Amino acid sequence: MSTDAGLRSRGRRLPLRTAVLVAVVTVLLLLVPWVFGAFTVMTFTRALVFAVLAMSVNLLTGVAGMPTLGQAAYFGVGAYTGALVGIHWSELGVVQLALATLAGVVAAVLTGPLAIRGRGVAFLMITLAIGEIGYTAAGRLDSVTGGTDGMSGIPPVVVTPGGSGLVNEGLIYYYVLVVAAVSYAAVAVLLRSPFGLTLRGLRDNESRLRSVGYRTDSYALAAYVYAGGLAALAGSLWASSQRFVAPGDLGFEISALALLAVIVGGVGSMWGACLGALLVVFTRDYLGQQLSGHAPLLLGILFVLTVYLLPQGVAGGRAQWRRLFPKDHGGDPGTVTPT
Amino acid sequence: MTQQDAAPGSGTHDGGQGDGPVPALRVEGLSRHFGSLKAVEDVSFKVRPGSRHAVIGPNGAGKSTLFALTAGALRATAGRVWLHGDDVTSLTEHARARRGLVRTFQHSSLFLRATARENVLLAVQRRHGVQAQPWRAVTRRSALVREADEVLDRLLLSHRSGQLAGALSHGERRQLEVAVALAAAPSVLLLDEPAAGMSPADTHAFQEIVLGLPPELTVLLVEHDLDLVFGVADHVTVLHLGRHLLTGLPAEVRASDEVQHAYLGAEDTSALFFEEQE
Repeated sequence: MSTDAGLRSRGRRLPLRTAVLVAVVTVLLLLVPWVFGAFTVMTFTRALVFAVLAMSVNLLTGVAGMPTLGQAAYFGVGAYTGALVGIHWSELGVVQLALATLAGVVAAVLTGPLAIRGRGVAFLMITLAIGEIGYTAAGRLDSVTGGTDGMSGIPPVVVTPGGSGLVNEGLIYYYVLVVAAVSYAAVAVLLRSPFGLTLRGLRDNESRLRSVGYRTDSYALAAYVYAGGLAALAGSLWASSQRFVAPGDLGFEISALALLAVIVGGVGSMWGACLGALLVVFTRDYLGQQLSGHAPLLLGILFVLTVYLLPQGVAGGRAQWRRLFPKDHGGDPGTVTPT
Repeated sequence: MTQQDAAPGSGTHDGGQGDGPVPALRVEGLSRHFGSLKAVEDVSFKVRPGSRHAVIGPNGAGKSTLFALTAGALRATAGRVWLHGDDVTSLTEHARARRGLVRTFQHSSLFLRATARENVLLAVQRRHGVQAQPWRAVTRRSALVREADEVLDRLLLSHRSGQLAGALSHGERRQLEVAVALAAAPSVLLLDEPAAGMSPADTHAFQEIVLGLPPELTVLLVEHDLDLVFGVADHVTVLHLGRHLLTGLPAEVRASDEVQHAYLGAEDTSALFFEEQE
């Protein structure tokens, strides 16, 4: 009798092992500014921002089954909103994050109904168009965005009222880390909630969902809006950490890289998406730097290797890892829930 | 054409159901054309509350189209559908489901990457109106889970509740198919060829499940397997070439020359149930 998925029951994973893993990862992430130099810390910061964007892409692509190439547009809305709020109104991080998220939500509410008219490839193409419109708009709206010159002069972000701005790379890293961790927790809660189950149902079988009384378009839109807000939150982090925003930050390449991060990490898995973001950013900015100018080539190799060796992504279950390393002791198969 | 809402005995194809309570389900003059093909043409019949009503007919009789029209998956070219006396013709499938008209699918239509329990939970949480709630783990909402487990238990699937739907056998998927629909708390349950592809043993077990459904639940069953039909149905409607042929008690349908002729005229000899009767 096959035992595959036999033990597969959500929420019944070994809690101790998970807790230990979370603790170890937390400690490692906290140690980063103490161990590495400024450049590496900044790369980690970018990777964390990118991880939040990848979670947003994964929420749509992996959880709700709506592959998207347009999330960079909402990322851009958040980045410009965060920057504008920082320049003109408040240097307080919480205010910037909240308003940027709100702007992303509004943008997604306005554009979402258009996007969710299609599913699958049609949805992908509409989101691609939305992404391109966002990119073009950012370059053209000189008076708001500074056009193709980008928007500079963003003041350092302030964490507490009356405090001083964060200019030190390590402190900026911690700021981004905390916000990213909170986002991760919010998404983790969402995935275990009834709404999370609804989104997985939407991915698995939309017509069946309709037949038990779901107005499925509403949930597709809700997922779109949630993901839009999350992408905008990431955008605000981007503005705070880079203190410069340009149209290139919301180009097609960013959407594509976010989707690549999700595929490398394992579609549907949130920690996979974060790990994928880390791999993609370090491949591009770190290894790419060493092999001057060959970052796109390296990313291509990363993608090919992943699809070939780990078709379900890094987080895609142990079966494929065991296939890679057959001498590994044969533990219980398929007990990792890719969520 | 004017329609008389919930007027008992107004239909011409009344099939002897006569006066009585408001029908749980009533279709009147229902038609669906695909280009020049009249898949369903002017079909009218009523389903009594609590009835086990079967729709049969040779291949191509329009059973599946009629089913889709009733469930709301297809728009009717003409005609009306009433649910407990309310005209639901203009309602979409999900709106009809919310009113208690819930269907199953001929080819199991499940959430294959979710467990059996989660499949049922999707229907349960919708009924409790928490399907959009983005907090509180599903696993901790024990009332919902208990309800889902009760439904699984009724469909003899409790031992499989933690399995992915994709890992279930064909027969078990057919059972889960019904479990998901039942969990949506229908007042009228539409079963689309529930025994399709089942082994005789599975079909027999399934017959027991249908017989064990709450008596107040109305069941409309579209089915090929005539053993199952005559095992559970108290009323039978026969379709032929998209038209309504007869609605009556199982015994009347068996005895009807018209029905016999319709089946004998069909090219698919597997549809000849009279041989099986002898």
